[in-house]
Amino acid sequence: MAGRYFGKLMIKIMLGDSSVKKTKQIFAHLFLMLLGLGEANAEYALNMPKGVTRISNDVYDLHMLILWICVAIGILVFGVMFYSIYYHRKSVGHQAVQFHDNAKVELLWTIIPTIILVVMAIPATKTMMEMDDVSEPDMTIKITGWQWKWEYDYLDSGVHFFSSLDAESNQARQLGSGVDAADIENYLLNVDNPLVIPVNKKIRLLLTASDVLHAWWVPEFGWKKDNVPGFINDAWVSVEKPGIYRGQCAELCGKDHGYMPIVVIAKEQAEYEQWLEEKKTQALAAASSADREWSQAELIAKGSEVYQANCASCHMADGQGVPGTFPALAGSSVVTGPLDGEVSIVLNGRAMMPSFGAMLNASDLAAVISFTRNGLSNKVGDSVQPLIIKPLLAAMAQPEEDDDW
Amino acid sequence: MSAVTSAHDEHDDHGPKKGIMRWLTTTNHKDIGTMYLVFALVMFFVGGAMALVIRAELFEPGLQFVNPHFFNSMTTMHALIMIFGAVMPAFAGFANWMVPMMIGAPDMALPRMNNMSFWLLVAGGVLLFSTLFMEGGAPAAGWTMYPPLVLQTGNSLPFAIFSIHLLGVSSIMAAINIVATIFNMRAPGMGLMKMPLFVWTWLITGFLLIAVMPVFAGAVTMLLTDRFFETSFFDAAGGGDPVLYQHIFWFFGHPEVYILILPTFGLASTIIPVFARKPLFGYHSMVYALVSIAVLSFVVWAHHMFTVGMPIAGELFFMYATMLVAVPTGVKVFNWIATMWKGAMTFETPMLFTVAFVVLFTMGGFSGLMLAIAPADFQYHDSYFIVAHFHYVLVPGTVFMIIAGTYYWLPKWTGHRYDEKLAKVHFWMSTISVNVLFFPQHFLGLAGMPRRIPDYAVQFAEFNMISSVGGFLFGFSQLIFLYIIIKAIRGGEKATGEVWEGAKQHGLEWTLPSPAPYHTFEKPPKIK
Repeated sequence: MAGRYFGKLMIKIMLGDSSVKKTKQIFAHLFLMLLGLGEANAEYALNMPKGVTRISNDVYDLHMLILWICVAIGILVFGVMFYSIYYHRKSVGHQAVQFHDNAKVELLWTIIPTIILVVMAIPATKTMMEMDDVSEPDMTIKITGWQWKWEYDYLDSGVHFFSSLDAESNQARQLGSGVDAADIENYLLNVDNPLVIPVNKKIRLLLTASDVLHAWWVPEFGWKKDNVPGFINDAWVSVEKPGIYRGQCAELCGKDHGYMPIVVIAKEQAEYEQWLEEKKTQALAAASSADREWSQAELIAKGSEVYQANCASCHMADGQGVPGTFPALAGSSVVTGPLDGEVSIVLNGRAMMPSFGAMLNASDLAAVISFTRNGLSNKVGDSVQPLIIKPLLAAMAQPEEDDDW
Repeated sequence: MSAVTSAHDEHDDHGPKKGIMRWLTTTNHKDIGTMYLVFALVMFFVGGAMALVIRAELFEPGLQFVNPHFFNSMTTMHALIMIFGAVMPAFAGFANWMVPMMIGAPDMALPRMNNMSFWLLVAGGVLLFSTLFMEGGAPAAGWTMYPPLVLQTGNSLPFAIFSIHLLGVSSIMAAINIVATIFNMRAPGMGLMKMPLFVWTWLITGFLLIAVMPVFAGAVTMLLTDRFFETSFFDAAGGGDPVLYQHIFWFFGHPEVYILILPTFGLASTIIPVFARKPLFGYHSMVYALVSIAVLSFVVWAHHMFTVGMPIAGELFFMYATMLVAVPTGVKVFNWIATMWKGAMTFETPMLFTVAFVVLFTMGGFSGLMLAIAPADFQYHDSYFIVAHFHYVLVPGTVFMIIAGTYYWLPKWTGHRYDEKLAKVHFWMSTISVNVLFFPQHFLGLAGMPRRIPDYAVQFAEFNMISSVGGFLFGFSQLIFLYIIIKAIRGGEKATGEVWEGAKQHGLEWTLPSPAPYHTFEKPPKIK
């Protein structure tokens, strides 16, 4: 493997490959960094960010406190050891002194560390209790993790949307894409729909998941918490500074775990309210688009976008799937079979496939189903209108009747 | 006794059988020890190759070599193979070879079971490795195998689970055997508090194994029934709880990480006195520290789960309990340094690796203490900081001591001194590159890079590149180790029985000739 790797690297160097140029740049950076000549605000970071909340500052202070205590103990202990290594060598003629017990020092180096631990535990406990206190929030947002995107639900205002990796990063991240990651702004840390929150408001976050475990982590906020399917965790954040804060899923959630970033934009209250209104208008427009007749070409064009954003990570961009894990859609008996069958699976999900009826609107669903039947080397020829899907979604939203059991 | 003696006269049974049957049917603790060690060495390179796939992919941003699913398989299999295939078998190999010789016993208490536990290990290891070639790929949900994700594994899931069962049975058998040997086969006069520290650490490790391997087997069996028999232990929709798995897993998992470190404490406590030409400082407190670490290991498991959403009382309890572990661990480090203090030290390769172990393991201990602080762990958890932490305790910690132990006893096993010059090259290459490999990962984690990702944002590029360079250097340095071992097996300067100056005072094994005869201590030695 390694041989193959270096072989490839050599070939790249000989061919003047662009990614090698990048490698050279990084090496140059490294060199400057080692000399301490890097730009003052270099891209890399050495330490935990202080963050933009009171809690994140407390966590940073705790981190630094323990770090310095450890450094001090380390210097002391290793200092003694290296002194001994230097002076108590046989080659400098030191004779071994045959002692092997000393109750006093042993007691001392049991008690002193215990005292240090107690000193550390006090501020840690205080911060822990503060983090745990989610009472009296100004607003609540529910965050649901999906493979591999985030769903944000503003429980107070009814705004609701999904947030996934932006298209540019998504293209560049494919194996053999030929795109240099350095050319993409915020590579892998950018999304299509960021979470927007007002500053200086205590926001309670409810965390859950729809399929597997995820964890919501924005380092600038000072914490992460797991999204557990079937359970709801809570946490809170109150951001003190307007800005854009980026994070990632922190709990392994399958093959695209590395590709579900988080972007939070903190805005002043007035700007936040303006954004909220825009979101509401957009949602209305999307809902009304389902009430008109779409042409087949329009459906397929829209469906192609929806497919790349929602389906391609499993069924692959060309619809070939991944043998043994994700079935191919090209030539699939479901996709080329009766329309009802495909509609039902897309809306309700099956096995690992989530229920897209809960994720997409009627127009997008109709479009993507029409696309799979007429794209990805399938040629069924038919298509489905949003007007057909709309009542099906409405039926899904109805609570199940008790006698279903 | 007389009946046995006369049987001996009729057919001479003192030497090993010839050919392959010697290894398949052997019940000799030295043969089985050798097989364990060879198996561990092979797996060390297999798991290491997987690590190099990971570091090659992470050399720079973007995907260059593998797809994300295969990347996840690599991180999962690297961990499983290193833990269950390399480190645990290496310890079992040391125990098989050395425990009987250190306590003056002729062999292990249960020699046939000994053979069986080794060959079950091979069966389990091969089965685990074969999942790489199954449809849907090898397990890719991480070595912790958290549901629901692990239930999405392809055809390999039941095979991986069965291999864990086999490896578990093998470890439990080995543990029972070692515990039985230590309790029943000590030479007369060797009381428990006179045993070499390495034997003590294995006694405690044995109990830990017997206590927790069945818990792990139970947890993975529940995964199996959830997947194939419609139970819902870990599925909220059926009344279960995915977090329950994590509690069960880490109830096994935390003692397991001490299983991976305690025998190295024993090795360090064995090696330092020999090269300091002094008795071990604080023997009794060393034993008490070991026992307290083992007891604490059962009440700290949820520090692996600070972010799952526990009640505050749980967070605080597990934080305090975890911080407490630092006390006995600190005692051990202080005792090692006190053993060096005013010694007459020399620095042959086993001692060099041990000194590096004391420093670098302690650094891993420091980051462990930082991780124990629950609110700070909310930042560190599942980032590269934790990757740096556990690799510091497991590589320059555990692996360095396995290497040190190998150099220390290699002359006793082979009868030849290894190439000391080359071994020192190996030491310096390993020690420098292991820090280049893992130290930058602290920075990556603090700056916000999550673990288990095949690609990353460009601000993480510099440190990942340094880390990968260190990884390849470290990996290839280990070929020197392999060469030195092969060279020592094939020949070289004859080793004396004592091997290391004054070693006779430090262990019964050094009173035997080198190489150690096929059967040793058929008559128990006299203990002063």
